[in-house]
Amino acid sequence: MYSYSEFDTAFLAARNAQFRAQVARRISGALSEDEFKPLRLMNGVYLQLHAYMLRVAIPYGTLNSAQMHMLAHLAERWDRGYGHFTTRQNIQFNWPALEDIPDMLDALATVGMHAIQTSGNTIRNITADHFAGASADEIADPRPVAELIRQWSTDHPEFQFLPRKFKIAITGSPNDRAVTRAHDIGLRMVLENGQPGFEVVVGGGLGRTPVVGKVLRPFLPQDDLLPYLEAIVAVYNHLGRRDNKYKARIKITVNETGLDTIRSMVEAEFALRRPHFSGADQQALADISAQFSPPQLARKSSAPFAAAYQGDPVFRAWADTNLHPHRDADHAIVTISLKAHGQTPGDATAQQMRAMADLAQRFGHDELRISHEQNVILPHVHRADLPALHAQLRAHGLATANIGLLSDIIACPGMDYCALATARSIPVAQDIALHFQQLGLEQEIGALKIKISGCINACGHHHVGHIGILGLDRAGVENYQITLGGDGSETTSLGDRAGPGFAAEALIPALERLLRAYLALRRDQDEPFLAAYRRLGAAPFKEALYGTDTGEKGHANAA
Amino acid sequence: MPQPKQPSNAPQFAPHVLTANHLLRGHVVYLCARNTWGADLAQAQVFTDAARADAALKRAQAQPDLLVGAYLAPVQPGPTGPRALHFREAFRATGPSARARGLHPQT
Repeated sequence: MYSYSEFDTAFLAARNAQFRAQVARRISGALSEDEFKPLRLMNGVYLQLHAYMLRVAIPYGTLNSAQMHMLAHLAERWDRGYGHFTTRQNIQFNWPALEDIPDMLDALATVGMHAIQTSGNTIRNITADHFAGASADEIADPRPVAELIRQWSTDHPEFQFLPRKFKIAITGSPNDRAVTRAHDIGLRMVLENGQPGFEVVVGGGLGRTPVVGKVLRPFLPQDDLLPYLEAIVAVYNHLGRRDNKYKARIKITVNETGLDTIRSMVEAEFALRRPHFSGADQQALADISAQFSPPQLARKSSAPFAAAYQGDPVFRAWADTNLHPHRDADHAIVTISLKAHGQTPGDATAQQMRAMADLAQRFGHDELRISHEQNVILPHVHRADLPALHAQLRAHGLATANIGLLSDIIACPGMDYCALATARSIPVAQDIALHFQQLGLEQEIGALKIKISGCINACGHHHVGHIGILGLDRAGVENYQITLGGDGSETTSLGDRAGPGFAAEALIPALERLLRAYLALRRDQDEPFLAAYRRLGAAPFKEALYGTDTGEKGHANAA
Repeated sequence: MPQPKQPSNAPQFAPHVLTANHLLRGHVVYLCARNTWGADLAQAQVFTDAARADAALKRAQAQPDLLVGAYLAPVQPGPTGPRALHFREAFRATGPSARARGLHPQT
């Protein structure tokens, strides 16, 4: 993976020194909060309900063990012993003191990490397929391009005052695990005449106005990527609304301007900018790519895996859910679940972070990934090592066998932490996971993505959950709207609102009715919830939720 | 402290407390007795007079080296002190609900 150059190191040192001085001026009273706020946000520092929050960037979700150890160190020394991995592949520390944050940033810089591009109206930390560089279904590892985009976008002078934040996601696989169509720009690697390039999708996003991104260019040669991205962001910078922050994202710009007009403006801008890219970017990409060379995979017998799989049902259950095919048949991609039933989705204690770092070093070529689904991935583990790895994970409470199942829930921090939230998310996720575990239905229900947001901003991606849950404040009471049929994969779709929301105490019974109806309605156990919903339509599921009065007029349990 | 009588035709001012986040730690604080700032909502001063509440708010806003984002929050006075009316304020007063489940023993 990419190692920081002298330039990167010097840049971070200067940036951190600058922020340290700004914090000192704020504490002394020389800067007001209004003056300080944009400065702290540029460095990932938010003020939430109960404390400051530091959001640390994990570009394209890739970490090495030293970096994970450093996150554990931050959690223990300056926070409360845990961190929260987010749906943007970042980590948030929920309890730092303002005066400690410069020290935290300096500590992060020693391992090539920072909190830049985790806030503000700029190009944010780029996200990527969490199986990049390992998955059997991949055209090529997209992370060198992601790193190039990180370098290009960091402090890009033209794009420091965009109308609104700007998110780019990238995948090298036809199976979209990066929700690329729900980003301002989504890049999907495709081949044309054997050459890799990108399908460029623009104007996707969730939030209060969810939109599935549209194809701006079906094939963009890789050499043209940076000038083309520059052209898109320049057009958006010019056209994007600044009168209303709720209409300022590029999805609104595309909608109001029209895709064809945007396309011609981008192409015209691209024609102007392309000649200025004389090859330095491609040289940089070549240098970066050299640092992403695949690990030297071990050659040994996979017999220990087969023995454990036959003899240990706990291991088998974990292997069946938490492993993904690696491009090398003797290896596997391991997803470590941060969704133990009843725990906070995405939280890891410092001890768990250290354990995962050590396991990555011992079994996984020193690589870890953070997924937007708030789990941790060891991308290159030999099958022979899986039983030993599993035993270690069990010892640290990290062996929950639930990836892709009901309890593998995405949940934003919600009103337990977030100042923007209108309702809680975490306890809802905890209650759902525990309830269906007690019912013993999770395995029977099978593949299901539940995603929960505590406000309309949709950090919990509820619009693309097979079952989405949106927490709202209805007359001073938490209330939860259900959406059905959302999908964040390559067959992206936005969920349909089922009907009126449910009071917190009515939500779990409603979900149980819904899922029992699915079990009764599905063709067989191989038809997942989403497929059954697409085949049958919303009506039978609404009926399960609301009775024969399909919802719009309310229900005894609905508010 | 005795409160001045409201004129009978004055609009009713619901009881409020004055709250903010502490600049250095970011933690939730309330204006308590003798104009000190504390973490316990039950110890917070309750304002039943709009003018006094507004004056206290202005004083808080004039302390940018101590406080961030001061505002008045409605409460229900009771024998054990004021209680938050809205669930958001209740969470601000008690901390994350997940913590109460013992999920983060360090907190």
